[in-house]
Amino acid sequence: MRAINIFTRATPLEIITENFTLLASALLAFGAVVFLIFLLAERTSVKAQEWLKYLVFLVPALLLLTVGLIYPTIRTIFMSFMDAKSDEYVGFDNYVWAFTIPEIVTVLQNTALWVVVVPTVSTAIGLAIAYMTDRMKRPAAIKSLIFMPMAISFVGAGVIWKFMYNYQANPNREEIGLLSAIWRALELPPVNWLLEAPLNTYLLIIVMIWIQTGFAMVVLAAAIKNVPDEIVEAAMLDGATPIKRFFLVTIPMIRTTLVVVLTTITIGTLKVFDIVRTMTGGNFSTNVIANEMYSQSFRQMNYGQGSALAVILFIAVIPIIIYNIRQLRLERTER
Amino acid sequence: MATAIFQGRARRRAKNIFSSPIAAFFAWVLAIVWTIPTFGLLVSSIRPEKDINTSGWWTFFVNPNISFDNYQTVLFEGTTTNPPLFQFFFNSLAVTLPAVIFPITLAVFAAYALAWFDFKGKDFIFFTIFALQVVPLQLTLVPLLQLFAKGLVIGDVTVIPDLGITGTYIPIWIAHTIFGLPLAIFLLHNFLAQIPRELIEAARVDGAGWFTLFSKIVLPLSIPAIASFAIFQFLWVWNDLLVGLTFGGGAKEVAPMTVRIAEMVGTRGSGWEVLTAGAFVSMVVPLIVFFALQRYFVRGLLAGSVKG
Repeated sequence: MRAINIFTRATPLEIITENFTLLASALLAFGAVVFLIFLLAERTSVKAQEWLKYLVFLVPALLLLTVGLIYPTIRTIFMSFMDAKSDEYVGFDNYVWAFTIPEIVTVLQNTALWVVVVPTVSTAIGLAIAYMTDRMKRPAAIKSLIFMPMAISFVGAGVIWKFMYNYQANPNREEIGLLSAIWRALELPPVNWLLEAPLNTYLLIIVMIWIQTGFAMVVLAAAIKNVPDEIVEAAMLDGATPIKRFFLVTIPMIRTTLVVVLTTITIGTLKVFDIVRTMTGGNFSTNVIANEMYSQSFRQMNYGQGSALAVILFIAVIPIIIYNIRQLRLERTER
Repeated sequence: MATAIFQGRARRRAKNIFSSPIAAFFAWVLAIVWTIPTFGLLVSSIRPEKDINTSGWWTFFVNPNISFDNYQTVLFEGTTTNPPLFQFFFNSLAVTLPAVIFPITLAVFAAYALAWFDFKGKDFIFFTIFALQVVPLQLTLVPLLQLFAKGLVIGDVTVIPDLGITGTYIPIWIAHTIFGLPLAIFLLHNFLAQIPRELIEAARVDGAGWFTLFSKIVLPLSIPAIASFAIFQFLWVWNDLLVGLTFGGGAKEVAPMTVRIAEMVGTRGSGWEVLTAGAFVSMVVPLIVFFALQRYFVRGLLAGSVKG
């Protein structure tokens, strides 16, 4: 509220000036503090440095992680067992709510659909492109174009694709959305793309696939490059066709990387919120957990239900956390 | 001799099969399909308002009317309730700079400690940080916001006072710093741990303290890794909506561009002339960074995902 009042009085330039002052002083203060600490610490005795080094190097990060990640996570778990205002303990009510209210069940189903489709399809396409361009003379242009959406925000991607899916209700006016125009050119009955469930969820999923494919391609291309030539050649001498070589040599050789790509995209997909919010606002049965969690916590101000949804997200990533830790352990003992 | 010939032939054959024209053709088709949506947006943004709303952007090539009015409007003309986009552009910059510098500084410190100090519980801390990488942000939003708004009071003891920073950049900076730390520490640790032990020990024997060692040897050596992560974090923060939306406290004075664009999509569903130009303004900086520094970006990506 206070902030809005300031706006009605100040012009953009005044606001920018004020904000710039804050920005500059924050950066300067940060730099000065770090510089001073080093200046002083370098002059302390060897003995003092033995404990000072922990205080300077390790403690700030650990403190932030504890206060900013660990404490909030624990608190959210508690809040998921409490009512909207976190006053009273309500047991599993919020979870019962999540799994019984039809609207929220749709949200969970949609999220499941996202998590199944996005990682598999984007990894499959990314792998195909990585393989096709592996021995190409100049793959850089192709790769850059497919990788480019990684640099675009989900919001920007939402605008781009909403434009693609634009629907013209009046048949006498030209379609300005590419998909609708192609549809009309093929003389198919017009579809209001983002309103038709379950089609609309798939159309939103395409946006995420469009973004993630480049990531899968880049990482898998690097893994394919690492497959020793000798193995590929041996398979060739044994008469393996390119298709066979792909499935029997390349895929097994890059298995670990494939899993990493799949899990990374899975985690990103579970948290997706911007695409749905930008393109449909979660309406027309397109909602997903991350967006509903936001609505519950910040629109309905129901911290109990919002937290329960967040915890469901957390539970979904726990298997990935455990798998990752085991992989890292393995890697460390091998070394 | 025979094997050498065989290998040579095999290698040549391998090249031929993999670079088959059919594969190249498909790869190019995909690349073009991938680019069309963005290209359509860019073309639309430079067409006059009337053209955008009455004809498809592809008709631009038979009827090329160029106008930069959309950019003029969206960048410099505010609405009754909203300041012009250039203010949000500045906010994006002001949010991003510290949100890249702070976490990298703290992360390189922590990575140094975890890679080169010997202490009990080191592995436990490292594995915890590693696990924290994938904890969904959503899990931390409400409690963290309450911390910023009200401080932390347990019983009657004020652990963290109410700092009165809501509605400024500060909560956004801190939130991004916290959320960026786990990945940054993990990546930089992997890199710093590869510095040869002899180098560190030689410096120690020469009497370099832990702080001198850091500023004279470790930091200069880790510049490439820092650069890779910086690009990563830059794109992440610049493109973020969730943190800007929640930790900005709804104040237009500090909201980054993504927040404003998302709002425009919602409230002016049909104003494509403003939306296309606005979206492109928000994309131009990350696209420049991306194309200019793609190599470092890829390096960071690979370090993060090929390993773990």
